Amino acid sequence: MSEDRIPEINSFFRLQWEEAQNSFVLLYPEGMVKLSQSAGEILKRINGKSSVQDIIRDLQSAFPDVDLTSDVITFINQATENGWLNR
Amino acid sequence: MVGSTANLSGMPLWLLAELTYRCPLQCPYCSNPLEIASYKNELSTDDWLKVLREARKLGAMQLGLSGGEPLVRKDLELIVKEGADLGYYSNLITSGVGMDEERVVALKEAGLDHIQISFQASDKELNDFLGGTSSFQHKLDMARAVKANNYPMVLNIVIHRQNIDHIEDILKMTVELKADYVELASTQYYGWSALNVNSLLPSREQLERAESIAHAYQDQYRNKMKILYIVPDYYETRPKACMNGWGSVFLTIAPDGRALPCHAAASIPDIEFPNVKDRSINYIWNDSDAFNKFRGFGWMKDPCRTCPEKEKDFGGCRCQAFKLTGDATNADPVCSKSPHHQKLSDKVAGLQDVHQLQGAPIVFRNMSNSKSLSDNSD
Ligand code: SF4
Ligand code: SF4
Repeated sequence: MSEDRIPEINSFFRLQWEEAQNSFVLLYPEGMVKLSQSAGEILKRINGKSSVQDIIRDLQSAFPDVDLTSDVITFINQATENGWLNR
Repeated sequence: MVGSTANLSGMPLWLLAELTYRCPLQCPYCSNPLEIASYKNELSTDDWLKVLREARKLGAMQLGLSGGEPLVRKDLELIVKEGADLGYYSNLITSGVGMDEERVVALKEAGLDHIQISFQASDKELNDFLGGTSSFQHKLDMARAVKANNYPMVLNIVIHRQNIDHIEDILKMTVELKADYVELASTQYYGWSALNVNSLLPSREQLERAESIAHAYQDQYRNKMKILYIVPDYYETRPKACMNGWGSVFLTIAPDGRALPCHAAASIPDIEFPNVKDRSINYIWNDSDAFNKFRGFGWMKDPCRTCPEKEKDFGGCRCQAFKLTGDATNADPVCSKSPHHQKLSDKVAGLQDVHQLQGAPIVFRNMSNSKSLSDNSD
């Protein structure tokens, strides 16, 4: 995957912060996934405008202590595989 | 809180609002109760809005709007709007009858997330026979309208002896309609479908053929269309983890306001189900006897009580245990460890000859049949 890719959430899914779960969730027809903190942090930055590179940069400034590049790329590939992101 | 062991989330994540039992269709596989004709006092709009607010406060995220036919309710758009404002993901579960393109648009504007249209079959003749009305062409039109208005496209077809041999045509139809998600749901035997089990349960041979076709389509359309195929549990040796456990994540509200841990629960006698007209959702979910009755594992008898698999399937379905054994605290007889399993297997074995049973009478789900059935039982 190129870091120029502009990922986009599949319109089948809706990302939402759930106070009661204290986490982000993905909602879809008759189902839901509770997201880990890191998955939530990445997905909430996916807006159909930012490239993977932008997202990494933004995350890196929010969490400066660790190198996140490979985690983000792995997650985006996995999320695409799951159908959460448009191919 | 009682039963907190099994109840990991402790929240009614799923709210199923059965808005009405009125329906223009008459499907003999309907899982609504036989007593539909006696549900006269439907909740008001305000009652429903209150239910939505209170359940959301307890953590509900998914809202199912079903029935009967939810489109019969004139206030559907208002209910949808409240659901959207509260942050639910809302699912309209409909036959498509009572819909037109304008309403598809109006519901979208009100904030509806998803419409699931059910088909009875993939051809006009069988579809209209099973639904008891001429609706096939209209369903096709509405399915296209749903797609055109950018809803996720989910089609549901209840599978049984009468349509299972058409499964390939059914799947072709869903491909042609560009469905995103297809649910082929084998009939579950509650309410009207239980009454019609002799004409609905497919034979093992039919089932195996259908399964192999469904799997081939699953492979072929892997990245385009998700196909969920639910097999009839009468052929299994372990029960389904019904509702993820009683009072665990599901909350159903019947048209008259009775709160149920699953949509068939009213079939179990001797449980007094609380009504949202009298009680808060908080009380109903956390404190009522009905919701605590089969929560966790304390209520179990052998074989479930000492079974290592109890955390996986919670002993199966309480309604099915009652229906088939007369005691809702028994193991679901689908389970081969149940002393009642043999009786169920024998019954299923007796339903293998498709041709012999072809002419079995079918009772359609409608108000007049409901009335005469309850007259007989008095
Ligand atoms: S299964 Fe058929 S009869 Fe029952 S509510 Fe649905 S459309 Fe109506
Ligand atoms: S005995 Fe009860 S808990 Fe064990 S597998 Fe059977 S139904 Fe499930």
